[in-house]
Amino acid sequence: MSDSTTSPADQPPGGQPAGGRRRPSAFRLRFQAVSATLASIPITLFGLVLVTFFIGRVVPIDPVLAIVGDRAPQDVVERTRLELGLDQPLYVQFWRYLEHIVSGDLGRSVMTSNPVTQDIARFFPATFELATVAMVIAVVIGVPLGVLAATRQGKWVDQAVRLFCLAGHSLPVFVLGLVSLLLFYARLGWAPGPGRQSIYFEGMVDERTGILTLDAALAGDWGAFQDALAHLAQPAAVLAMFSLAYIARMTRAFMLGELRSEYVTTARAKGLSRRRIIWGHAFRNTAVPLVTVLAMSYAGLLEGAVLTETIFSWPGLGQYLTVSLLNADMNAVLGATLVVGLIYVVLNLLSDLLYRLLDPRVK
Amino acid sequence: MLTRRSMLLASAAAATLPAGLPTGLLAPGAAAQTPPNVLVFAKQIDDIISLDPQEAFEYTASEIAGNVYQKLVTTPNSDPSKIEGELAEKWEASGDNKTFTFTLKDGPKFASGKPVTAEDVAFSLTRAVAMNKPPAFIINQFGFTKDNAAERIRATGPKTLVLTTAEPTSLSFLLYCLSAAVGSVVEKATVMSHAQKDDKGGDDWGNGWLKQNSAGSGSFAVRQWKASESVVLEANPHSDAAPKVRRIIMRHMADPSAQLLGLQKGDVDIARNLVADQIKQVQSDPKFSVQSARKASLMYLSLNQKNPNLAKPEVRQAIKLALDYEGIQKNIVPTTYAVHQAFLPAGLPGAVTDLPFKQNIAEAKALLAKAGLPNGFEVSFDYASAAPSSDIAQAVQANLAAIGIRLSMLPGEMRAVITKTRARQHDIAMLRWGSDYFDPNSNAEAYSINLDNSDNAKNRTIAWRASWEIPELSARAIAAREETDSEKRTQMYEDLQRDHQKVSPFVIMLQEIEVAVSRAGVTGFDMGPMNDRHSYTNITKA
Repeated sequence: MSDSTTSPADQPPGGQPAGGRRRPSAFRLRFQAVSATLASIPITLFGLVLVTFFIGRVVPIDPVLAIVGDRAPQDVVERTRLELGLDQPLYVQFWRYLEHIVSGDLGRSVMTSNPVTQDIARFFPATFELATVAMVIAVVIGVPLGVLAATRQGKWVDQAVRLFCLAGHSLPVFVLGLVSLLLFYARLGWAPGPGRQSIYFEGMVDERTGILTLDAALAGDWGAFQDALAHLAQPAAVLAMFSLAYIARMTRAFMLGELRSEYVTTARAKGLSRRRIIWGHAFRNTAVPLVTVLAMSYAGLLEGAVLTETIFSWPGLGQYLTVSLLNADMNAVLGATLVVGLIYVVLNLLSDLLYRLLDPRVK
Repeated sequence: MLTRRSMLLASAAAATLPAGLPTGLLAPGAAAQTPPNVLVFAKQIDDIISLDPQEAFEYTASEIAGNVYQKLVTTPNSDPSKIEGELAEKWEASGDNKTFTFTLKDGPKFASGKPVTAEDVAFSLTRAVAMNKPPAFIINQFGFTKDNAAERIRATGPKTLVLTTAEPTSLSFLLYCLSAAVGSVVEKATVMSHAQKDDKGGDDWGNGWLKQNSAGSGSFAVRQWKASESVVLEANPHSDAAPKVRRIIMRHMADPSAQLLGLQKGDVDIARNLVADQIKQVQSDPKFSVQSARKASLMYLSLNQKNPNLAKPEVRQAIKLALDYEGIQKNIVPTTYAVHQAFLPAGLPGAVTDLPFKQNIAEAKALLAKAGLPNGFEVSFDYASAAPSSDIAQAVQANLAAIGIRLSMLPGEMRAVITKTRARQHDIAMLRWGSDYFDPNSNAEAYSINLDNSDNAKNRTIAWRASWEIPELSARAIAAREETDSEKRTQMYEDLQRDHQKVSPFVIMLQEIEVAVSRAGVTGFDMGPMNDRHSYTNITKA
């Protein structure tokens, strides 16, 4: 294994293997890097659980109070305290919690009295649906906008995009959401109101995946599908604004960097068309850093957007997490945090893998 | 209805919102009106944990239980102190006030079409006792336990139910308690057919199933509950209290502004959680009607008697005289709270509604001087950081500063404040207390019974939490509970409240008002002082 200690990052930019040593196979390099990333997952998650757990325990709210309520007789309170193992030292409680997690048991939520895994399975699809559509909107609009701004640097288009990004980035989402509701729902009547579907369709679509648009499509109920899509559009657009602004800004910055490079000058000197230079050469080279930006934006959206979900009555993970937190429902908070952490780690891993595919130097 | 300010905001945002434009294309002709026969509530419903009436103790779930189930007896909202039979035709107490015999009506039928029998009633009450969930104490306080329920809760005939209490019991006390949501009657056969084995070899009394479904004889039946999303109720075709609309849809809308928009747009018939300035905005609009009901929920200050200054009787009264109750109510919570100063909220039998305390700085200062504290003192003040508590807390701080009492403000999450008062670690705390059931004893016990003031007492009432040792008042509250003559009983509670006002370490300030705003043409939503008294049966839509 001595030859495989060279990791991709150690290689000189030219991709030349260090003098005389046999160049390790691409497969082995990739395998090694991936396994290193994989190994970091449990450590990251362990850290996350550790921090969340102890924060949850120092919060000045009695977890027993959250479970049995303010009115329970004292013997019930004491019994519950024993049942929860709260009389044990913290490290013992933590160990027990870890044991449960490893066996796939995230405990029971106090707020909904369901197993936390079941709750997450219910709330996550709604968030997934919203975040994915928002992400699509953000990418489809944000990336071309960034490229456009970069290629017309300093012109009015660039200024307009900058203004738009500034607004998207700095307008609080609750303002944007409410104003959008006021305008498109209340005033113009173009978009339906809050919620995931109209009351006409309430309870009409069988839940299979929990992703309402998909469920309606699977059931072949196109009326319900259109209704769900219409309800999805507005919150997704509002949610997309922030990521869109960020993605456009980053794309512009990456593109500017590339457009200043010598190879672009060379391409220009060779007489390549403007279009080929921009899309075929410069944009291609921004793909690598852009992937990381996109992955992190998506992860950010997937953890649930509390404010957007609240304004649009969207029963997603963000709302679940917040309400659980306010109710000191620690099992739910820990479980949901763990899932969010897992999403981040997995998306990070995926963007790493994609990085390797896109960047010819890594091969 | 767009105000000038919101118009400006909207037009400013329109320029920055091209991403929102495609949405319009997707919804040709968005819905303008809710369908006839379907009533849509916009409400914060994320408090629902379970719809099982023998388990649920939360606001929304109690309200649903009141419309899905019937109890032996109930109280009409037009005259809340009067007891009416709901399932029971008549009832009588034995001479020793320990045996109570109920005769059931003939009409009531479950959603399955089967008539309600005494066996179902006995099963439901036994179920409450045996499952021993949070609201069970309301029934258990009559001496029922898992082991004696079979002999003390008996159906002696298809229409006859006999209850035997451990001690001689006031009939009105028993009936008021049976009128709580926990006394809801479920259909034995349906519930038990869904019972699941638990790990201890017994069964779960159908609890797992009844959390999400219903088996009642009320106006509606639960069709679907999606946590934090919606509850759908369907008319119970067999009910003797037949509803006017076929379906109720309760949608979770966390944001009051979204509720208002939905109401204005016609997608919502009744909005339940509008805030004070929104209510003000729609109050004068003929397109909406605003209705309100006093709720059995009080906002009060708890003065911990462990603090030597607060333990002085003059200081307690001085604080009561320092507050500007009227100003606080008018300026901060004009539509959602009313001034109230006795421990029984208005609407409950025996409530004292006169207001002996008015701001009187001079008298308050004199009382402080008499207590040997002419220059005042400093104490900590815990309160919930959310509105309107935070604003009220600031007013309290300013009022008390005027007599020299300096509050160091400790805002916190509501449950953190409760945790602290339960551990008796506060000085002054501002809290809310909702009555558990529709009987004076619920609050009388909380505010004026504390027989064991030790740190490991079993019964930790609000009085205990304020470390207020009151053997004499406790005895009086217990005597009032046991009094079998109902008129005399009411009188005893009134006296108790007046004496309580003179000495207690509780500054009762405000009583919550629940407000519902309906679209014009939606009528018949009957609101009561307790959540399980809100009735949908007579709601109609024009």
